[in-house]
Amino acid sequence: MAKNEIRYLNPPTVEVNKKKYCRFKRSGIKFIDYKDPNFLLKLVNEQGKILPRRLTGTSLKYQRKVAQAIKRARHLSLLPYVGDMLK
Amino acid sequence: MLKDYETVFILTPVLSDDQAKEAVGKFKSLLTSSGAKIENEENWGLKKLAYPIQKKSSGFYYLLQFKAEGTLVADLEVAYKRDERVLRFLTVSLDKHALAYSIKRKSKSLNSQKVNA
Repeated sequence: MAKNEIRYLNPPTVEVNKKKYCRFKRSGIKFIDYKDPNFLLKLVNEQGKILPRRLTGTSLKYQRKVAQAIKRARHLSLLPYVGDMLK
Repeated sequence: MLKDYETVFILTPVLSDDQAKEAVGKFKSLLTSSGAKIENEENWGLKKLAYPIQKKSSGFYYLLQFKAEGTLVADLEVAYKRDERVLRFLTVSLDKHALAYSIKRKSKSLNSQKVNA
């Protein structure tokens, strides 16, 4: 019965998740430019997919603007639809 | 009522310089002839495309920001579709934040030109 009980020397510090914030609201960016790919690269993962809100913490209003800008950039082939090792 | 628009189009890299200029001039004259006012234009030159379009992997990017009637955009896009030198185009209407951004961008590019001019 004690077999499955694992004891640690000191309790593992579970990383208390730090408060996520919307980077656009905080820095006061009002317009996300679809012509600037290296800013948009920050909001996209390695495969070129849009990062979800639960990871970036952006508010719904700006997430829609981000998604719109990224799709426009993809149309103009400033960003790939499916990329590899974008970072 | 004049609304603010911004259009970006990509020309095939096969063009020589003056053909590219002539193509751009054609679209600009189409705009100005029908009463649009061109506010800002940028030539990003030859850039690599993120994915090949029509088997080409680079293209001449050109940006035009203008004030125009709403009906003009349809004619502009018909002209784009007809011209086979244009690989791809995107016309976007600017709201007040986008407009403020583009004005700031224009002033930034102006004084950057002054700096290295």
